Amino acid sequence: MGYKTTIGLEVHVELKTESKVFCGCSTAFGQEPNTQVCPVCLGLPGALPVLNKKALEYIIAVGLALNCEINEDTKFDRKNYHYPDLPKAYQISQYDKPVAKNGYLDIEVDGKIRRIGITRVHLEEDTGKAIHGEDGSYLDFNRSGVPLIEIVSEPDLESPEEARLYLNKLKNIIAYTGVSDVKMEEGSLRCDANISLRPEGTEEYGNVVEVKNMNSFRSVKKALEYEEIRQAELLDMGQEIVRETRHWQETEGYTFSSRSKEEAHDYRYFPEPDLVPMSISKEQIERIRESMPELPDQKKERFVSSYGLPVYDAEVLTESKELASLFEDIVASFNQPKKVSNWLMGEVLRLLKDGGQELADMPLKSEDIVELLKLVDNDTISNSAGKVVFEEMFKTGKKAMVVIEEKGLKQISDKEELVALVRDVLNKNEGQVNDYHNGKEKLFGFFVGQVMKISKGKANPGLVNEILTEELNRLK
Amino acid sequence: MIYAKTAHELHQLLIKGEISSKEVVSAVLERIDGVETDINAYITINEEALAQAERADRMIRDGKATPLTGIPVAVKDNMSTKGIRTTCASNMLKDYVPPYNATAVEKLIEAGAIIIGKTNLDEFAMGSSCENSAFKQTKNPWDLSKVPGGSSGGSAAAVAAGEAIMALGSDTGGSIRQPAAFTGVVGLKPTYGRVSRYGLVAFASSLDQIGPFARDVEDAANLLSVISGHDPLDSTSIPGKESDFSLDGASVKGLRVGIPKEFMTEGLDPVIRDAINRAAQLLEDEGASVKECSLPHSEYALSAYYIIAPAEASSNLARFDGVRYGLRVSGDNHTDMFIRSRQEGFGPEVKRRIMLGTYALSAGYYDAYYKKALQVRNLIKQDFDHVFADFDVILSPTTPSVAFGLGEKVDDPLSMYLSDVYTIPVNMAGLPGLSLPFGFNNGLPIGVQLIGGLWQERKLLQVGKVLEQATGYVPVVPERGDR
Ligand SMILES: [Zn+2]
Repeated sequence: MGYKTTIGLEVHVELKTESKVFCGCSTAFGQEPNTQVCPVCLGLPGALPVLNKKALEYIIAVGLALNCEINEDTKFDRKNYHYPDLPKAYQISQYDKPVAKNGYLDIEVDGKIRRIGITRVHLEEDTGKAIHGEDGSYLDFNRSGVPLIEIVSEPDLESPEEARLYLNKLKNIIAYTGVSDVKMEEGSLRCDANISLRPEGTEEYGNVVEVKNMNSFRSVKKALEYEEIRQAELLDMGQEIVRETRHWQETEGYTFSSRSKEEAHDYRYFPEPDLVPMSISKEQIERIRESMPELPDQKKERFVSSYGLPVYDAEVLTESKELASLFEDIVASFNQPKKVSNWLMGEVLRLLKDGGQELADMPLKSEDIVELLKLVDNDTISNSAGKVVFEEMFKTGKKAMVVIEEKGLKQISDKEELVALVRDVLNKNEGQVNDYHNGKEKLFGFFVGQVMKISKGKANPGLVNEILTEELNRLK
Repeated sequence: MIYAKTAHELHQLLIKGEISSKEVVSAVLERIDGVETDINAYITINEEALAQAERADRMIRDGKATPLTGIPVAVKDNMSTKGIRTTCASNMLKDYVPPYNATAVEKLIEAGAIIIGKTNLDEFAMGSSCENSAFKQTKNPWDLSKVPGGSSGGSAAAVAAGEAIMALGSDTGGSIRQPAAFTGVVGLKPTYGRVSRYGLVAFASSLDQIGPFARDVEDAANLLSVISGHDPLDSTSIPGKESDFSLDGASVKGLRVGIPKEFMTEGLDPVIRDAINRAAQLLEDEGASVKECSLPHSEYALSAYYIIAPAEASSNLARFDGVRYGLRVSGDNHTDMFIRSRQEGFGPEVKRRIMLGTYALSAGYYDAYYKKALQVRNLIKQDFDHVFADFDVILSPTTPSVAFGLGEKVDDPLSMYLSDVYTIPVNMAGLPGLSLPFGFNNGLPIGVQLIGGLWQERKLLQVGKVLEQATGYVPVVPERGDR
């Protein structure tokens, strides 16, 4: 039987404010355990939370970027549960008045736009971290109180691939707003998924299974694919899907049951009495909206309309904020957008991928690339030499001219010099010249190759063509 | 006797150089030595008190004395004191030494006051008699067979017995005013948001407020002005409120005083009713008009309070799990450790309220209990709004009776809860309330309560001052066991 898949995602994103959400401690990642703590984030008796205004601004920016309504009246609530890494035994979160709600983002599936609803975006505090050693468990509260936003999607996603596309887009948008690093490896982006299957043609959703513990977008997709198959097999056998939480086992590639939803916590939410309800003014929302950077979709459209780039190029270039701004920086000094795009999408992305690097790791500045592009453009070096030079620049951080000098790659465009080279080649290959004149015109390429060979690739190919034609005609 | 003087009297002597803070502190420590075995007001005496006195004496010599410089002040043991254990009278925190000072404590220290010690209370401030302390039973200095009230019974008894000149307490449903009334001292519960709660171990966050105990109104006003004011560390403390509680020119001419008819019913001891009527007469003699007023929803205040306060408490006290500080009883796993630590760490009343509160917040019961209670709370606020449209202050009993006997109500929580019936509505509405000593009955003090609109502490204190003057009030410390 065929089944229709329904997926909703809950994504947690750490905000990169300098200090924590309810105290003044630093949020820096990777410090000595328990060095960034105070009475508030340790939950000492009597300590009280004070909201970090920056965190509120950041979540409003995310809400706006996701086309949400901003709740002008919002408040915090306590989510009560016991766990060793939760110092107050409640998490300050938001229950019925999230900062943002009813938004959406668009993903492109098979060339068609699909609009995925965002139910809500709310602000909360992160927990500490348990570290399990051989001689016992340890707790690190450096992360306790780091601002976290939870982004809950509508159950609008219909396949694991759509879930991956949604995550990519979400990550991209948030990265553009600049409020988070959105790095799943460092835990600044975490994702839980809800998935259910129902027989094709029916309306009622099937029982929902929550999947946790995925540590990359790829594993989200793999876990959901696994669940699709597992649930379909059970349904085929006429069995019921258990409403439960399942953990993804990354190395073995399967999910296992970790808690049934029936024994789900009663979090006993109630309004946090230590924080006063907040009213977010229209002016504040507008101020944040105005100071927001251009978002990926807007930028993509602009790249097509003002640079005349193909949609595909615009899409690739705007996928990361850094790449898009590198493109614009280069075009500002070298106004040939398509050439720049080819260079970035070809050479830059290829080298980054080969080295498993990110754009930030590249030692070159936009003006270094501009210099190289100009040298290719004015025929100082050939296009193919340009690629060799770029690779060296990329690896060493050296300037284009330095690499060209070192490698002696400067293109020969001096006409006399080239005429001498051409004549030399033709003299040494009289037989082929005769054959050429007897109709074997394919040999033209052979002559070009010989010239390039003796010039060690430095001869200007356009000029070589020109001169070779003249010289062959002269010998006829 | 030095220990029997008020802070403002001592202040005069201190700045004139007729006495040193060291002498004041020594006198109070001696008094503690003499009577503490009977009274049991303290859980911990501050060993640094004399060293702090030396610092205060330097401040005085340098001309930097404030009205509190060099004055021994006792602090209820639910306020965080850096380096001095803060137990909340609970086995859970028996050995907990905080690394920071509560804002109110910090302000005392800045003003040059001497933290003389940490006083006994009902465990986590839950109770009305100090009988819920895990460590000791504080007794009423006027009659050792009677309770001092609670939960701030230790602070009240210390001030009443001359074991401190003034003290800090906290008031969630009457925990300052009820023991003040029982022990014959002045106790003030400020407007919610007047005094920072930072460092006050939370019982019910939306109701808790720190306030002063003193032997007269002037001392209470001086102590309030030191501890009050906006604190950036407490989001519920309100900025921009005046901190001048000067009593100069106190008068009640033209003052409109209301007496809530709902408070003057059968449940009230006739001797207290008489005291209220006497106070009303005195105010009228001084030029005030006194009329009956009505707080129709106050009869539901107690029930709503016993939903809201336990609900917040169940969450506030959840952090005591043996993981980071406090009592830890080992278990097979972390859940087992939580359970055992809490089983051994908390006393029966605390457990009762945690269970009540957990139940009230549970899925399916929230609307019926917690939400309803919040609605009642709003109605109570509205009642007060209506009254304060026509009246300037409310005059009422602080408690239904004078101090009751030790053990008398210990097995009957409901009758114990009723001793806060006149004080709880004030917390529910976030208003200031002042309890004043107003005579004795069979050797036990009687208290009357003045309730004001939001931020009306100065008015309350001025009315209190007028009553003190009209009665020729002189603070007395009971003759007791100076051995
Ligand atoms: Zn902190």
